Amino acid sequence: MDQLEPFAEIAHQAIVFTEGMALDCGRSLHSLTVAYRTYGRLDADRRNAILICHALTGDQYVAETHPLTGRAGWWSTLVGPGLPIDTDRFFVICANVLGGCMGSTGPRSPHDDKPGEPWGHEFPPVTIRDMVRAQKMLVEHLGIDQLFAVIGGSMGGMQVLEWAATYPEAVFAALPIATAAHHSAQNIAFNEVGRQAIFADPDWCGGEYWRAGAIPARGLAVARMVAHITYLSEAALTRKFGRRLRDATSLTLLGDKFEVESYLQYQGSAFVRRFDANSYLSITRAMDFFDIAAEHGGDLFRAFQGSRTRFCLVSFSSDWLFPTTASREVGNALIRGAANVSFVEIMSDKGHDAFLLDEPDFHRTIAGFLAGCAEHRGLAPRERA
Amino acid sequence: MPDGEPRVGAGERTARAMRVDLQLIADLVKPKSRVLDIGCGDGALIGHLFHTRGCDARGLELDMALVTRAVAHGLPVMQGDADTDLVHYPDQAFDYVVLSRTLQAVERPLEVLRQMLRISERAIVSFPNFGHWYLRAQLLLSGRMPMTKSWNRMWYETPNIHPCTIQDFFDLCRAEGYVVEQWLAVDDEGHRAPWRRFPHLANLFGEQGLFVLRRR
Repeated sequence: MDQLEPFAEIAHQAIVFTEGMALDCGRSLHSLTVAYRTYGRLDADRRNAILICHALTGDQYVAETHPLTGRAGWWSTLVGPGLPIDTDRFFVICANVLGGCMGSTGPRSPHDDKPGEPWGHEFPPVTIRDMVRAQKMLVEHLGIDQLFAVIGGSMGGMQVLEWAATYPEAVFAALPIATAAHHSAQNIAFNEVGRQAIFADPDWCGGEYWRAGAIPARGLAVARMVAHITYLSEAALTRKFGRRLRDATSLTLLGDKFEVESYLQYQGSAFVRRFDANSYLSITRAMDFFDIAAEHGGDLFRAFQGSRTRFCLVSFSSDWLFPTTASREVGNALIRGAANVSFVEIMSDKGHDAFLLDEPDFHRTIAGFLAGCAEHRGLAPRERA
Repeated sequence: MPDGEPRVGAGERTARAMRVDLQLIADLVKPKSRVLDIGCGDGALIGHLFHTRGCDARGLELDMALVTRAVAHGLPVMQGDADTDLVHYPDQAFDYVVLSRTLQAVERPLEVLRQMLRISERAIVSFPNFGHWYLRAQLLLSGRMPMTKSWNRMWYETPNIHPCTIQDFFDLCRAEGYVVEQWLAVDDEGHRAPWRRFPHLANLFGEQGLFVLRRR
């Protein structure tokens, strides 16, 4: 693993805003690149656009084969022709987040002040709100005043909440899924373990690993392994692996490996081939600092008071990373602000990961909610050939 | 939905499958008003109010399976408990709050009614009437808890922990200072029973009571 090269730089569809962007931290980016993908067709009246916000390690390749990994899009069971987020009916946009490493401005982008060098660990700290501002610039660039819906899970759900709070008039419907209004101490703690694993890797080189042509693969892989455990439930791990051994039928104390160990190692090593360590640090920090109540005087309901956006909150019963109580807290705050809220907890034993998996009740909920919203907005029904 | 009758046809334009008593409630609601249906089941009433009266109708339902079904039909329903979750709604957020055949199943009926009339100008409440002659006769003759279409679970497993009669409910409204704007006695299918002028007769022959309340 230590011999790994940094992953290949490939061309992504992107828009460059040469005016740059001011960040919450007080600094400014001289230029802003937003890499994005779209699916479906924008109606003439531009009212059928859905923005999908990706999670920590996701990217804009939501519904197509990933150009780097060759794997199916991360929400390809949910987004596509005839699927719950129907690209025959809706114009779907997904952008790589600010601070990411799939083409949008981030630690791998050219340094504003050091010609010929990337930002690396000197990339300014970004917030979830900064990510959303960058998406807003893209959406405006595409000529869309109001998104029909903004949808996302986990960190994507944080962006959905931020969209609804920051640009309420630009969001007709919001679907924050398996998310929270802030990270809990436990969430921050797990992120910190990941970050410390990266810092402890000798190939980290104080954040300038690109100088050595190396990547802190071991540290980043450990970070991914820890995080991956938090995405699964105990029941899911037990069902998937139990105490089964890899290439052995009985335990011999020396050398044998549990299936779950080799699974996690695979997850870790696959991850470092597509993700930048400095991006991982930037984005986990942004998640930890996210606190939508704090942005609105410490009271969550003020963030959404008087909002005309229609909300649909979804949580999963076995998700202990973003538990149902966290979604309910958001739901109650929305109710206090007199917002229109649907809230569903989907029964699943697959943990946080459930939002990425084929959960029929979840998919029915998304499809039904969107259909209801389309009716309220007066969107024409899907044309069928 | 403690009395075990599923509400069907949520969100569908056809009113064919909607319970008749829900139709009766819908007729009490002014078009374009803001409505919260507590214990909304799969949302048949709110779907009907939106489609036929242009209401901004929302629901609150305890049973997650029903909530999921309602939301999957495009209806705005929040999972929650009438006993604990009404406190989150702001004052006077609605024109009507509906509590249909649920009052007898909540833990704190008085508090639920108070919350309803805090968050809404009017409360529409229906409940199965425990004073109906058939229940009285069963108790009198058999000496056991009555079993009817509405009261169809054994005493030890019924969710209907606070049964009351139409007379009891009038007393409660008086004690709490609520104005009874309208009231009806209806049969189990939700058809109006002809006892409107005579509460005592309604209490004997009405299978359900349906009340529209507001604060004095």
